[in-house]
Amino acid sequence: MWNYFKLAVLAVITVLAAIAANYARDLAYQVHAIIVMLVAGGLFLWTVRHTDEPVVPSGPEYMDEVVRAGVIATVFWGIVGFLVGVYIASELAFPALNFQWLQGYGNFGRLRPLHTSAVIFAFGGNALIATSFYVVQRTSAARLFGGGLAWFVFWGYQLFIVLAATGYLLGATQSKEYAEPEWYVDWWLTTVWVAYLVVFLGTIYKRKEKHIYVANWFYLSFIVTIAMLHVINNLALPVSIFGSKSVQVFSGVQDAMVQWWYGHNAVGFFLTAGFLGMMYYFVPKQAERPIFSYKLSIVHFWALIFLYIWAGPHHLHYTALPDWAGTLGMVMSVILWMPSWGGMINGLMTLSGAWDKLRTDPIIRMMVISIGFYGMSTFEGPMMSIRAVNSLSHYTDWTIGHVHSGALGWNGMITFGALYFLTPRLWNKERLYSLRLVNWHFWLATIGIILYAASMWVTGIMEGLMWREVDANGFLVNSFADTVAAKFPMYVVRATGGGLYLTGALIMAYNLWMTVRRVPAAAEAPAVAPAE
Amino acid sequence: MQDTYSMLREFADSWVMLAILLFFLGTVVWAFRPGSTREYEDTGQIPFRHDDKPADTDAETKEAL
Repeated sequence: MWNYFKLAVLAVITVLAAIAANYARDLAYQVHAIIVMLVAGGLFLWTVRHTDEPVVPSGPEYMDEVVRAGVIATVFWGIVGFLVGVYIASELAFPALNFQWLQGYGNFGRLRPLHTSAVIFAFGGNALIATSFYVVQRTSAARLFGGGLAWFVFWGYQLFIVLAATGYLLGATQSKEYAEPEWYVDWWLTTVWVAYLVVFLGTIYKRKEKHIYVANWFYLSFIVTIAMLHVINNLALPVSIFGSKSVQVFSGVQDAMVQWWYGHNAVGFFLTAGFLGMMYYFVPKQAERPIFSYKLSIVHFWALIFLYIWAGPHHLHYTALPDWAGTLGMVMSVILWMPSWGGMINGLMTLSGAWDKLRTDPIIRMMVISIGFYGMSTFEGPMMSIRAVNSLSHYTDWTIGHVHSGALGWNGMITFGALYFLTPRLWNKERLYSLRLVNWHFWLATIGIILYAASMWVTGIMEGLMWREVDANGFLVNSFADTVAAKFPMYVVRATGGGLYLTGALIMAYNLWMTVRRVPAAAEAPAVAPAE
Repeated sequence: MQDTYSMLREFADSWVMLAILLFFLGTVVWAFRPGSTREYEDTGQIPFRHDDKPADTDAETKEAL
């Protein structure tokens, strides 16, 4: 019966998308309508072919198929995102790479949001969805809630990524950093996100453990807060239902404030809270000992939640934003240092008594360096939010270096650690294909990040100082082009660092692939788990 | 007569801020309440309990605890 309902809905969507493609006012909208039409039509055919087949009831075991798909998607999008990043970094060093035949679709301005969205939302988002589905099942001792709804979340999210990415290339953007997709893509993501919340909350609701493990608190705050941020920052009126263009409801400084309230909390709740959920599960698992202090994790959680939400205005120092708001953001950002380091200490100290694992286990080393980079970038961030420091650092490459030490170091490394942890377990293999390759990945990525961050510090501070340099008569000494020319060597180093990081990720993809293909299956797990 | 913005702002930076602060202090007190150490030792063990399959019944979980 459910299938007939689905068929009706899919048929309606296919027809509406065909009509929309016909009346489309711009190319991006037209391409998107065709994509939606093909997806809905394809799903219709697939459903028709499987309707009235005997249904195999799902067993009581964990729903790991969707986590496996998530692991594959994470690796795939990660490599796509890193590759685009290395390419645009090379473009900055060697403008000749800004090919003439790419103009209009593949120039820097269109590829740059493609890179940021691919790494944050496609790579990071898939990592978060996959690990949250894995962790919430294990720590709730319950199968995912909602049956096929988890698959809807997975494929719906991939569709969002494809629509966002193609939209950027074809020029559909609302020009809000990290929130570029246009209105109908935002609506679609909202739908998927509500389904995600239902799956996650439903699983927690039917949990068999009395307590909700702390990792789930972090994941849940990530899901809820992102929903709130996404909806408010994307309040926009479409100009036409047959076009991609929309107009923001907020304007002027209010719009800027809402944007950076969103933007900084995307960092705070997507890239921090969600990934802390990963840390609180995978670090104890890999170290084979419980989290250092569960009490600290509770204080860490609430302090982080209460403080992060206020930090946004530090992106708008020296703008039309009132000073009091900037000061508030700055003060909150500085206080935020405390819970951030509380969390870092909690993660690192989980290894106390097991530090020898650092020598023998490259996966735990990856997790530890990720926590180290978390600590470093959460110290750097509050410092840069101080108005006086910001007057030097803002609009320079220092900001880009800061973001990447957090994203490559913290988010990337903890995700790699989780992927190395998950792959043998999800495909029931006795071990990883090669720890030696993990070691290679570790060093390539670490050296890559160091080259990246160091070159961006140098070029950022240099550029900031050059911009403000005045001669005895008060005239600016340097033109903008002077700073661009001076930055060339650092841009080459940055692109090299990115290349090393990408190489490491390719090695990981090979290693995980060979783990699934070549490593013998793990011995059959005992039917009854030993008593605690 | 104040405009809505000023009124809300004043309310936000006084009573609401106090409420948030008290809630936060409450969570700290809660985390360090007497008897919490033993309970959290058990809670911290959650990741190590059900790796392979979900708990079948409530009875089994209670037994495991």
